[in-house]
Amino acid sequence: MLSTSDNQNQSKDNKSNSSVPKENGFNTHLVKVENLETTFYLNSGPFRAVNNISYSIDKGKTLGIVGESGCGKSVTSFSLMRLIEKPGKITNGKFTLGGKSILDLPEKEMEDVRGGEMAMIFQEPMTALNPVLTIGYQIDEQVLRHKKVSPKEAKERSIEMLKLVGIPSPESRYLNYPHQLSGGMRQRAMIAMALSCDPQFLIADEPTTALDVTIQAQILELIQTLQSQFHMSVQFITHDLGVISEVSDDVLVMYGGQMCEQTTTTELFLNPRHPYTAALIDSRPKLGQRPSRLKTIEGSVPAPHELPAGCPFVNRCPRAKSECSHQKPPMKSVGLNHTVACFNPL
Amino acid sequence: MTTYILRRLIQTLVVIVLLSYVCFYLMTLMPGDPVELMIQSNPKITSEDIARLRDLYGLDQPAYQRYGSWVKTILSGDLGYSRTYRVPVQELMGPRLWNTFYLSFLSLGLSLLIALPMGIYSALKPGSKVDYLVNFFSFGGISIPSFWLGLMLIIIFAVQLGVLPAGGTETIGVSDSATNWSILFDRMKYLILPTLSLSVQQIGGFVRYVRSSMMEAMRNDFIRTAKAKGLERGVVIWKHGFRNALIPLITIIALSFSGLFSGAILTETVFAYQGVGKLVYDSIMANDYNVAMISFIISVSMVLLMNLLADILYGFADPRITYN
Repeated sequence: MLSTSDNQNQSKDNKSNSSVPKENGFNTHLVKVENLETTFYLNSGPFRAVNNISYSIDKGKTLGIVGESGCGKSVTSFSLMRLIEKPGKITNGKFTLGGKSILDLPEKEMEDVRGGEMAMIFQEPMTALNPVLTIGYQIDEQVLRHKKVSPKEAKERSIEMLKLVGIPSPESRYLNYPHQLSGGMRQRAMIAMALSCDPQFLIADEPTTALDVTIQAQILELIQTLQSQFHMSVQFITHDLGVISEVSDDVLVMYGGQMCEQTTTTELFLNPRHPYTAALIDSRPKLGQRPSRLKTIEGSVPAPHELPAGCPFVNRCPRAKSECSHQKPPMKSVGLNHTVACFNPL
Repeated sequence: MTTYILRRLIQTLVVIVLLSYVCFYLMTLMPGDPVELMIQSNPKITSEDIARLRDLYGLDQPAYQRYGSWVKTILSGDLGYSRTYRVPVQELMGPRLWNTFYLSFLSLGLSLLIALPMGIYSALKPGSKVDYLVNFFSFGGISIPSFWLGLMLIIIFAVQLGVLPAGGTETIGVSDSATNWSILFDRMKYLILPTLSLSVQQIGGFVRYVRSSMMEAMRNDFIRTAKAKGLERGVVIWKHGFRNALIPLITIIALSFSGLFSGAILTETVFAYQGVGKLVYDSIMANDYNVAMISFIISVSMVLLMNLLADILYGFADPRITYN
């Protein structure tokens, strides 16, 4: 269930769950992000890559974050992991994971959270693994860091994880270097590594983008199987609406570092309200149709310093009104579990 | 791996033989031969005598035949006789080689000891005040001519402060009287200034290499992965960053080691240090071809062997490289 400004709905939810023991005395949202704001202090001036993003993910659920390149979806993920490097900085917001306020933790405690309660898998399985260390070593390293186990137990755990993600003959793969594995196998190894310490929350940053389509399907299925096995919440980042429709329960559409639309996956595809979402869905190829050209969204994503004062999509929007270029549209509810940041929604 | 090393060793040997021939041939092109130097001081010598001497030394034969007989003698263990020093070449070269080895090894060790932490630190904080300072000093180190620095060191430490000897290799007579420790101490005293002046330049170069390869290593995606795994900063920097930065550094270090054997001429000259660099220079100038040829073969072999060593170390440092 999404947390939106839909207060009525939320309170109803809390009431119905009141008999269930709640973790840390909070609600059932495992992940809660409020007004997250990440700024990069560039020579050309400060650039807000992530601007006032709020969402929450329930235990065991998946939130998909969609958007074009440069819309801030990866920066959002790195902000949650607190892996934003200079000149970037998290300038505002709150992020709680199971009731723990992550952004306030001292760096030492944050290291325990990273790779422990919260793990991340990356887009490029080719470069995300260290080429000079064996797969086994790299998984062991994480297990030893977060669990009180002996090196022998860590090795057992690593091999068990490699088996779990469907890598054949895991004992011999354990000794392999990344370059001895195919792209799909490497991504499986990455997943094995990320899940080795039983995280509650997994951030998957375009994990299938660099893979070919058949492998893509296998990896998606694997993530979903493991998610239910580990009861994890997943934040799935992609620019591929097809992937979103397959994996996520809820969707957050981002544009220019801001939220556009937030709703359930079914609702998003059936009833998109933001002009940007609608245009995205419209530009997908449709089964059984062979147009000479696919539909596109006219124009391109504005450069960081050219972001309009109002709605970031105003320059490309077919439904733009005069107020759109001066005022930022707030997120407002347009139905059950459906919020949109638009003055003139569909 | 073993077959690879063997193959490379054979290749190395072939290159040494080829280059030694080239060098031998070039020496024959130099104006003047040993006989000419011999007869300079004897105005009464007849042209028959000259021809007889030429015949005796085999100088009337073509270069390749002379090269052949030279190789034969070398292989029998006789490196020849130094014309200027009047001693067999091995007696002359042995101690000189060791002296140069001490000097090179010390200065390389010192340079790495200083350059590695400096380069790594400035790579981790690019654009910081420390980084600017490190860059300033490393460019300074590269730019300062080593002979000038050597002279300055002599002026400060030997002439004005009088704490260290201005030049030489050891105090005359020290090896007869004293214990091993005091001999070592005495040698070290003579090594300090040459080592310093040689190191300053090397540090500058090394810092630049270490800094850039470390920066490149830290930009890799797997560094981000390592951080996302919750590893401590130290582990990320050393295990993941430096381990990868090491690969390009291996070549630089191995090659600079081979260069040190022949490249310390200026430093050895300034400090009157009895090393092999000065010997090479002197022997070429004095047409002392036996010494020159052996020195030449040693420096060529050093370069080639260090290259081979670098390639072998590569195989250990980078699992992506395999030798079949």
